[in-house]
Amino acid sequence: MRGIARGMRRRPAKYSAAALAWRGLKGDSWPRVWRDTELKRSYDAVVIGGGVHGLATAYYLARNHGMTNVAVLDKAYLGSGASGRNTAIVRANYLTPEGVAFYDRSLQLYNSMALDLNINVMFSERGHLTLAHSDAALRTMHWRAEVNKLQGVNSSVIGPDEISEIAPSLDTSDHPRYPILGALYHPPGGIVRHDAVVWGYARAADHMGVEMHQKTEVLDILCEGGDGPNGKGAGGRVTGVRTNRGDISTPIVINCTAGWAGLISAMAGVRLPITTHPLQAAVTEPVKVFLPTVVVSGSLHVYISQTDRGELVFGAAVDAVATYSIRGSLEFTEELAGHVLELMPSVSRMRLLRQWSGLCDMTPDYSPVMGFTPVDGFLVDVGWGTYGFKAAPVSGEQIAEAAATGRTPELIAPFALSRFETGELVGEKGAAAVGH
Amino acid sequence: MLLVPCPNCGPRNSADLRYGGESHARPDPATAAPLQWRGYLYLRDNPAGWLRETWYCRSGCRRWFTLERNTATNEFRDPPQPGDKRGTKA
Repeated sequence: MRGIARGMRRRPAKYSAAALAWRGLKGDSWPRVWRDTELKRSYDAVVIGGGVHGLATAYYLARNHGMTNVAVLDKAYLGSGASGRNTAIVRANYLTPEGVAFYDRSLQLYNSMALDLNINVMFSERGHLTLAHSDAALRTMHWRAEVNKLQGVNSSVIGPDEISEIAPSLDTSDHPRYPILGALYHPPGGIVRHDAVVWGYARAADHMGVEMHQKTEVLDILCEGGDGPNGKGAGGRVTGVRTNRGDISTPIVINCTAGWAGLISAMAGVRLPITTHPLQAAVTEPVKVFLPTVVVSGSLHVYISQTDRGELVFGAAVDAVATYSIRGSLEFTEELAGHVLELMPSVSRMRLLRQWSGLCDMTPDYSPVMGFTPVDGFLVDVGWGTYGFKAAPVSGEQIAEAAATGRTPELIAPFALSRFETGELVGEKGAAAVGH
Repeated sequence: MLLVPCPNCGPRNSADLRYGGESHARPDPATAAPLQWRGYLYLRDNPAGWLRETWYCRSGCRRWFTLERNTATNEFRDPPQPGDKRGTKA
């Protein structure tokens, strides 16, 4: 396995066609993908949240910085939160130069992930269409295309005829209430199997000695020297975490949670510019493959892709009301169905298989909060709103660098928590939650 | 669906209202430092539990009012009754 030389503790069972055939013939079962170990009393770093962000962070801490005495804690099971609930879309066609550079790096890492992690993440580079239904939206698409081109990202604006050629099922006539006037076409975009990314990072991190602890809930973050109660707050430093399985001492705690980011940060006395909103998604019964690209409409708040199994996966904007409840609603289904049928009338007979929701941490400028906080040793990789999955590899890489070196990497400098004190917000209007 | 107890119109679907978010006291413009303003603008408690928040009944009485809701269960606590001026502003 490439890049796993440093800090390797045990030999991984390599995934390959030959290994599959050999084990099939011998009747061998595959070893467990990661170990179940005792929780130690002390680690060099503790990552809170066993999703793609937390696991990628632990992986890069071990791979790039040789830090293998690291624990990833999750209160449920790995990938149980947003990592297993998102709609698995990856793309880099954002609007701000900061956003484009960042997500482009992430896309590169997704491209080489199958080789790096020796796991089939089923990356399907199928292209990504962002539809424009108004002149204003079309202008934004041109703007995004030009920003993308300057950053070396492949994006262009295409008209209804070309859209029809790429995705014939879309209604490009002038009949709908919101006719399709054009689209931002982004060929490098696509979908990735999100569970495989979780397992791939967990497996690779485990091989290097990182420990994953599931059903381990963080109850408190232990600090000293801060200006708040119990030594928490600005000016203090982290000394450990209290979990439902006992206390752990550690100089570095990295908050990689989604949904609960505000609650975890409050344990260290850090307030965040975050509100938690549920985002609902749905999937249909499987049919033959007819939709070759990812289709997104900001105006209609819907994104559609077809899985390799043939199901249509639909996502939407976040629910307007902030809540930690992940109950679905009938309004969502009705609105979603109306919007999908406006784009693709031919799917009217398809049935929804199920709907679900996940929690999104929304920030005022639709950009994440990454890096150091006023509490020494407490880092955040939070506020991932509706765009966390596509950013996981690069976030892990950059946050690991920040934690290991004590310096903020240039790529994530614009996303620092301090931007809300200085007023330098990023304003990412290319995010999926933003209507155009 | 979330049934929001509007003090003037009674229970309404949350889709009929605009959600105003967490309710915090506005800093005094005469004395507030920039940092206080930015904290007021951006930082949130975002609790998983009881929260005081503002709503605007946009398709009913067109009034802003304050309610207490549990963000984990979506229950409302002790909502103001019709005619009750508590928590409302024109």
